[in-house]
Amino acid sequence: MADANITATADPAAGVVPGGASESLRHESAAMHVQGTASYIDDLPEPRGTLHLVPGLSTRAHARIVSMNLDAVRQAAGVVAVYTAADIPGENQISPVGKGDEPLLAKDLVSFYGQPLFVVAATTRGAARRAARLAQVEYEDLPAILNIAQARENGSPMVWRQMEMKRGDALAGLEHAPRRLAGRITVGGQEHFYLEGQVALARPGEEGEMHVTSSTQHPTETQHMVAHVLDRPSNLITVEVRRMGGGFGGKETQANACACLAALVADKTGRAAKMRLDRDDDMTMTGKRHDFVIDYDVGFTAEGRIVAVDMVLAARCGWSADLSGPVIDRALFHADNAYFYPDVRLRSEPLRTNTQSNTAYRGFGGPQGIVAAERVIEEIAFATGLDPLEVRLRNAYGTHDRNVTPYNMVVEDSITHDLLPALARRCDYEQRRAACREFNAASPYLRRGIAITPVKFGISFTATHYNQAGALVHVYTDGSVQVNHGGTEMGQGLHTKMVQVAMREFGLGTDQVRITATTTGKVPNTSATAASSGADLNGMAVLDAVRRIKRRLVEFAASHWNVGEDEVRFAPDGVHVGHKVIAFSHLTRQAYFARVSMSANGFYKTPKISWNGDTGQGRPFYYFAYGAACSEVVIDLLTGETKIDRVDILHDAGQSLNPALDIGQIEGGFVQGAGWLTCEELVWDEAGRLRTHAPSTYKIPACSDRPRVFNVDLLENAPNREHTIFRSKAVGEPPFVHGVSVLQAISDALASLDGYRTCPRLDAPATPEMILRTAERLRCGPPPAG
Amino acid sequence: MTGIRHDIRFYVGNEYHVLANIAPTRTLLDWLREERGLTGTKEGCNEGDCGACTVLVVRLEGERLVWRAVNACIQFVSMLDGAQVLTIEDMRAPDGTLHPVQQAMVEHHGSQCGFCTPGFVMSMVAGRKAAGLAQDERGIDDMLAGNLCRCTGYAPIVRAMRHAMQAGPDHFDAMADDMADRLRALRDGATVDITAPAGRLSIPVTADALAQTLLENPAARIVAGATDVGLWVTKGLRDLPHVVSIGQIADLRRIGPTAEGLYIGAAVTWQEARAALAEILPQPDEDVFRRIGSVQVRNAGTVCGNIANGSPIGDGPPVLIAAGAILHLRRGDVRRTIALEDFFIEYGKQDRAPGEFVEGITIPTPAPDTVIRAWKVSKRFDQDISAILAAFSLTLAPDGTISNPRIAFGGMAATPRRARLTEAALAGRRWNEATLQAAREAIMKDFTPLTDMRASAWYRSTVAANLLTRLYAECGPQADRVPTSVHAACAATGDHAHG
Repeated sequence: MADANITATADPAAGVVPGGASESLRHESAAMHVQGTASYIDDLPEPRGTLHLVPGLSTRAHARIVSMNLDAVRQAAGVVAVYTAADIPGENQISPVGKGDEPLLAKDLVSFYGQPLFVVAATTRGAARRAARLAQVEYEDLPAILNIAQARENGSPMVWRQMEMKRGDALAGLEHAPRRLAGRITVGGQEHFYLEGQVALARPGEEGEMHVTSSTQHPTETQHMVAHVLDRPSNLITVEVRRMGGGFGGKETQANACACLAALVADKTGRAAKMRLDRDDDMTMTGKRHDFVIDYDVGFTAEGRIVAVDMVLAARCGWSADLSGPVIDRALFHADNAYFYPDVRLRSEPLRTNTQSNTAYRGFGGPQGIVAAERVIEEIAFATGLDPLEVRLRNAYGTHDRNVTPYNMVVEDSITHDLLPALARRCDYEQRRAACREFNAASPYLRRGIAITPVKFGISFTATHYNQAGALVHVYTDGSVQVNHGGTEMGQGLHTKMVQVAMREFGLGTDQVRITATTTGKVPNTSATAASSGADLNGMAVLDAVRRIKRRLVEFAASHWNVGEDEVRFAPDGVHVGHKVIAFSHLTRQAYFARVSMSANGFYKTPKISWNGDTGQGRPFYYFAYGAACSEVVIDLLTGETKIDRVDILHDAGQSLNPALDIGQIEGGFVQGAGWLTCEELVWDEAGRLRTHAPSTYKIPACSDRPRVFNVDLLENAPNREHTIFRSKAVGEPPFVHGVSVLQAISDALASLDGYRTCPRLDAPATPEMILRTAERLRCGPPPAG
Repeated sequence: MTGIRHDIRFYVGNEYHVLANIAPTRTLLDWLREERGLTGTKEGCNEGDCGACTVLVVRLEGERLVWRAVNACIQFVSMLDGAQVLTIEDMRAPDGTLHPVQQAMVEHHGSQCGFCTPGFVMSMVAGRKAAGLAQDERGIDDMLAGNLCRCTGYAPIVRAMRHAMQAGPDHFDAMADDMADRLRALRDGATVDITAPAGRLSIPVTADALAQTLLENPAARIVAGATDVGLWVTKGLRDLPHVVSIGQIADLRRIGPTAEGLYIGAAVTWQEARAALAEILPQPDEDVFRRIGSVQVRNAGTVCGNIANGSPIGDGPPVLIAAGAILHLRRGDVRRTIALEDFFIEYGKQDRAPGEFVEGITIPTPAPDTVIRAWKVSKRFDQDISAILAAFSLTLAPDGTISNPRIAFGGMAATPRRARLTEAALAGRRWNEATLQAAREAIMKDFTPLTDMRASAWYRSTVAANLLTRLYAECGPQADRVPTSVHAACAATGDHAHG
């Protein structure tokens, strides 16, 4: 069988390795986490003479630099060196997409408030921070474009090509639809707020070598950027990361600036150099989730079936392209969520603005597209008087017909039509919806709302070439195993899952399989740990490496002990060789003496996928991950405050590689998604300065914001139809989307204000103020601006 | 009460430290990480909001060991004289077994990226030690309000905490006597005076000595809990050439009833004052004092510091103004009292002369039929800065006539301020719809709030008026009281359905 390598093993014994794949092994670092012994980059012992770096940031959103006087910075106590763009030996350029629009240090032109202008290196971090504030920069202000409205008004250029994704004739469809409506939804951005901020430590080696420990989700790209900036070949640059204190997409490209500046200083001074950003600098400098304005025009039938959809998705991209192109594309890829649009046209507007360069963030544009899709459903529900759940079911993708996406991919695995009713039953949706309405009828100040929303999330990088991975597995003579792979650990439990793959295959326990730091020196040319793909890609690469070694060991054992190869089997109690069972370590020692290689690299590339962005044709996703969430909220009509009372989630993780870790991703993803749509609000002032640049002003959910009742279940008996690693499904991003049910539930509560006659058109984030404004509008027309 | 010392003495774990050359504003976090190599304590925000740097400060107070979780990032080392600091590195038992909290966090998958985890563990250990903490969901919310996690959604951490609360004693229980002995031995009654290159530190022992120190050094900066001053240092990078630390001055740590009401000394923290405040200013359903900062912030920040710093968004002053609090000021031997609202002159300017300091505050005992309500409105329920804080005190006669209305707001002006026109609209009137409407109109004239990142002027004005409606709904003539706040409504709902 051609794909025997990648199917679940037929041997049932291998499935019962305690803690092996499909079991809830604890996070490989859990014991270290709780003791404070898990090392993050700033915790590593500093090489002697380590310099501490702080960037000097612009205080203008858009300006020409007339002069930059850094004398006072240089003369400040503790300062060893100050570097500007002129000191960069290679390219002053860190555009991750090769667009050449992102200088590492601004030279003549400042494009946003918070752009790095120079870097200070001092003997202590405190000295560097103080010195950085002494710069005297003279600016000549240029008109700044800060948001989507201004960008459109002023004809701001796009940072990326606009995409038009279409199938059928949307305009004709709209024209002939029995009913039609149009509207607009605004969706806010989001700060990643990884608890460990951006940090990198660069150590110079001999003959131009540079070793960079970086909190990066994409070591290979960081390696390339450092190489370009220093003008060195990649073989002199090693980038390593053991773990990150959170990433969420915020360290996919945004780690590069710190790494490159640290490498620059290390290279110039010959001393180790560390840049760990202060939280305020971090939030001021780095990109965030894109905020969107989405205009929709939808035609539908009196029965609530969608006939045609036309949408324009405009995003604030910030000053450079970064990953905005693929992010906005993914918003288009998900503007259908789980629904079939017979005739459809989706267009993107990736707008350039003088703000932070928005970047990857869990979901990568997908959640924004899905929010729009759910608004469309909601509009139809209000227009037809149907329960939104009914509208969702009537429009869910079919499996045999009504199953083609706007990008012409056939949905082969849709389960939305089963999942939604299953969750509705589990959580008594109908009954609770009626109870909310009953409560609202008699409640002057508080209103309850409930909503159930699905997610269908496409799994694979839409840039096809990223869908590859490598691994390197060593088995030592004592039978201990070291697993390396190209993915990075940011808390999601990727390393744990990779250990589990090796454990299961070799029949070993946790104490025998060790994961190491991710390093470009062991596994080269890797992809970012992003797009939820970490376990899918690297798991298969690890499996490939392990099975290569196993094949050699089986061959050796069969000949050494004179049994058939099919009589050699790796099990928890040892290696079965014919009738006897030997210790794994015995086998490895014997294999060593027989000169058998016990190290292998593994490789994987996702099959079946292809995508042509120019024609809008292909199969960008290997498969879809599904789920559904039901949220019930209560809102306060006097203040606009909200509380999430209860959440029920049913999520499809395929045959989960680790149910506990996957539930952790779902719970955490939900709360992060709910935070995005409620309390998390980014505010810039008229000068383009981000005013919410610290946790004192930017509010991510706290403990008491979690749902009071929070039931999360994995869909049972649902192995992936595709041959993924042990039939699991990716679980990083899809659950983030469950937060959309909160926005819809708040909207449902607001709708009670006019007897559920009008779609409240609630924008996000639904802060108390947004909710109160929407309530006022529903009651008495729009309130004044201000 | 003897002598002057030129060093500070404290323990970190079991290690004794005598520091003679310490910058008065050196933060505990930087000192632990940069000088002691204790990197288990993390820096997440450096402003006391995320809790990743949470450590325990243990003190012997009277004969009782008191455990406090604090944010090491805004705690100055100079404030630790006489204390024992415990960090995450101390949480394992000497035999290497994990603390029950650590064990529960591992078992319940309470960590993902792990960066916030040491801080959570410290708050959880402190929560187990805290006397009288509610052993329910709200108690856990309270205990963990000062720790942010971006990965887990908190659910597994709460599960771990529920489990850990059931676990038996920890190794600190067995060490309590030794810890007490050790801390007792540090008590020498000495005044501390350190002049280091980075600045001078004075720790007077009595209020009298403090008064004298400030007379002689009117430019010195008083620091009690450093929850505000800490940010001047960590974010503002300000130099404070002379710090006078008052947190441990026994005279200023007095709290208790007097003939006039409740007296709270200048060094009494929010956490210490909370129960007494709740008793004298009872508020059904929602305790606004619980929403001042977080446990870590309330463990360090003081009631009087929240007043003395003159912030327009401090949550304490509006409530205390509505309650008619009297501020005690002292300069040398000269003492004076003023109504709290008169202390705030304009933004950044208070009625305090050079060398003068806030010695304490008295909150008068409310008349028996006084209605007191205070509400905080912010984007996030816990550990947020108010968009608006409204506090109401009024007396209702049996016939519904309002007298002595005192209404104060935070977030509505450059200082905490009374709503005089609204008070006038209520005083002597019957509490009915017409009076409510008049008050709602008056409050629009009382304030011209600003728009900022927390809320717009429109929102602030609207909510200010709406809170009058809430007051009416809660305390007015209606027969049936209905819940008027989501927080109150939520308190009435059940526990988690799952594990």
